[in-house]
Amino acid sequence: MDAAALSGGFANPAIDSARVFREVLQAMARPGRIARISGVGPPPGLSPAAAAVLLTLADDTTPVHLAGPCDTAIIRDYLRFHTGAPVAARGRAAFAIGPWEALVPIIDYPFGSDEYPDHAATLIVEMPALAATGARLTGPGIRDEAYLSLPEIAPFRENRRLFPRGLDFIFTSGDAIAALPRTTIVGAR
Amino acid sequence: MYVAVKGGERAIAAAHGWLDEERRGDPAIPELGTDQIRTQMTLAVDRVMAEGSLYDPDLAALALKQARGDAIEAIFLIRAYRTTLPRFGASIPIATGAMACERRISAIFKDAPGGQVLGPTFDYTHRLLDFALMAGGEAPSSAPQSEPRDAAKPHVTEILAREDLIQAESEHDEVDTPPDLTRAPLSLPASRALRLQALARGDEGFLLSLAYSTQRGYGRNHPFVGELRVGTVAVEMEIPELGFAVEIGEIVVSECESVNQFTGSKTQPAQFTRGYGLVFGRGERKAISMALVDRALRWKELGEENTGAPAQDEEFVLAHADNIQASGFLEHIKLPHYVDFQAELELIRKLRSEALAHLGADA
Amino acid sequence: MSGYNFAYLDEQTKRMIRRALLKAVAIPGYQVPFASREMPMPYGWGTGGVQVTAACLVPEDTLKVIDQGADDTTNAVSIRAFFARVADIATTEHTRDASVIQTRHRIPEAPLREDQILVFQVPIPEPLRFLEPRETETRKMHALEEYGLMHVRLYEDIARHGEIAKSYAYPVRVEGRYVMDPSPIPKFDNPKLDDCPALQLFGAGREQRIYALPPYTRVESLDFEDYPFKASRPDHPCALCGARDSYLDEVVIDDAGGRMFVCSDTDYCNDRRAAGHRGEMAAPFEEMPE
Repeated sequence: MDAAALSGGFANPAIDSARVFREVLQAMARPGRIARISGVGPPPGLSPAAAAVLLTLADDTTPVHLAGPCDTAIIRDYLRFHTGAPVAARGRAAFAIGPWEALVPIIDYPFGSDEYPDHAATLIVEMPALAATGARLTGPGIRDEAYLSLPEIAPFRENRRLFPRGLDFIFTSGDAIAALPRTTIVGAR
Repeated sequence: MYVAVKGGERAIAAAHGWLDEERRGDPAIPELGTDQIRTQMTLAVDRVMAEGSLYDPDLAALALKQARGDAIEAIFLIRAYRTTLPRFGASIPIATGAMACERRISAIFKDAPGGQVLGPTFDYTHRLLDFALMAGGEAPSSAPQSEPRDAAKPHVTEILAREDLIQAESEHDEVDTPPDLTRAPLSLPASRALRLQALARGDEGFLLSLAYSTQRGYGRNHPFVGELRVGTVAVEMEIPELGFAVEIGEIVVSECESVNQFTGSKTQPAQFTRGYGLVFGRGERKAISMALVDRALRWKELGEENTGAPAQDEEFVLAHADNIQASGFLEHIKLPHYVDFQAELELIRKLRSEALAHLGADA
Repeated sequence: MSGYNFAYLDEQTKRMIRRALLKAVAIPGYQVPFASREMPMPYGWGTGGVQVTAACLVPEDTLKVIDQGADDTTNAVSIRAFFARVADIATTEHTRDASVIQTRHRIPEAPLREDQILVFQVPIPEPLRFLEPRETETRKMHALEEYGLMHVRLYEDIARHGEIAKSYAYPVRVEGRYVMDPSPIPKFDNPKLDDCPALQLFGAGREQRIYALPPYTRVESLDFEDYPFKASRPDHPCALCGARDSYLDEVVIDDAGGRMFVCSDTDYCNDRRAAGHRGEMAAPFEEMPE
């Protein structure tokens, strides 16, 4: 195991992860809102925001899928050491992480059942940048409308049609984070 | 003029102080030690361990002392403590066949390999108050106490199994890691392993009454005590670094296997069936109750009719067996509900005044 | 408090609750099962709300706890003291100063803001429970969006009483999909659930369910075109602060049938009196010792 994988966790896990969770919760509750989170020093190939989300939410009960460039030995070691989460195929993932091109198609992930729509994956999408422009968002959590630089539009509209089943998305870039729950109605600008 | 009552904090502090005083009782009488409770109130300690789901006689004794002898309050203290403890892993299944039995009886055979061991039971005592105990009592005359006999005591049901007279327990529903209802929300239908877990920590009184109801015809399944054994077993844990299991301690458990009548179904020839009960400590009443309720819950698996009896109803039994959940919710109606009551009050007044106006108009 | 983790719960438990909370926010009104832990207070006394609050708190938070709208009721005092001890956070009795508010049976009168989270304690999270006691059945009804039985039941009330005889825990429909129990708040409070700027979280510990209303979510009280929902309205002004828009407790003041009506939201009432409002039985305002 690379020694770099052993470092870079939260300095004070209880407090640091509480702060990260609060931002993630507000991001999910207010789609399109961009927040900043910090506290971890991730290995190469993982943004600080994405790593902070994983360290806050993943553990040995949540299989994580590492997509494309995120599936490296050092990221596997980092994940295992800090969270104990098993690395899994898409079809079993509670969380999946990677750039959008490596994550799609989204239909590969568990999206829950009508009886247990919560048994669905959360995708952590690593983005080159995040900005409040682009796709128009409406729905729960949004007073009038919001905008977010989504990588595409059609897959999110497909996802919305599955409701109450569906995937939920967290977008990360550097230390920035935004989210898009399955309820959000995504339109072209 | 009206001054709002504002004394919550003071009232709570005063109540706690008074409670401490009541617990201690008359200071002229020596204080009860937890070692006395642990060694002389053993069955109370065992019940707290069983329903508290934590095998620790010292803490159970402490909980009983703190709870002034109230079993459910003591169980609650243990549960609340238990939930904060880290988990290191799961033991391998205990081998009750290798139990050092202090008691082992079978009601279905006059004798069985390994012998009948009556042990320290109340069963044949005449329930006459022993006033000598009140007088300060003597140490009991040293009764002949047979050492737990080392002779192997195979499970009595194995004798039936050899002739294929009793239904074999399926291996496949026992998964590698048993489900843990303290770590995952209960989802229905439950596996048998999960049901047994819920029953093992369920309220003794609730299980006793349910089991009794099956005997009286509500989900009747004609049980015999195939075997009841009480004694000490080793707890072993697989240590990954070593590659084998090591003993980490010993616990006392009570185990009951019931043998139940079964006339066969369309798909199965006639065979006896089983119910199973296992409880921490010496709790044979609970173990027998558990076996009967377990057996009643297995109606679907055994192709029996659901007669609508409470003991056959998995959701009913599992949702109501836990006395900490039950007592918490029952007692929460002591909390103020005046906002809801006010809403009801207004509604009733309104409905009544409308109805009375109606009557008046009609008159 | 030494020996216990920040906000009492261990990190693994918090992660489990946090994951449930995120799914709850993503599926408004749907009850997410979670492995509720045994807490050091009894089931039925706010263990669900306490676990949700514990999973959300950060050291910078200021917590307010109310029961029946009041900060000084015994269980509110007890829960507030618990968090002050295990999370070392600031507490307040003022709605406006709170970042997290845990409540039993009321929504504060003062409008909530975007930077606030309201956590409800829920005894029975299943709105269909009074029609069908089985979770296995109600789960199917929610999955199939089969709420006809509920409407029939409510309409029977109208046939018998001329109105829906449900004065608290009045069921709501969330974003036109899930029927949800708003916890036993009086129906007076139901309109405050709708389009609320604050995030609203619901925790039912004994029943092992978490659910949520994201901010600005459409929440409609169930009704019929010919019998639209009407929130109850107070018949009196508050005897202390004179408010005509707040939910009132009826206080029996003697054994001859004498009674007075006062705000159930003690902070709202105090604020109004501090601002000079007077009801007909008010003494001159004095700041209450905290």
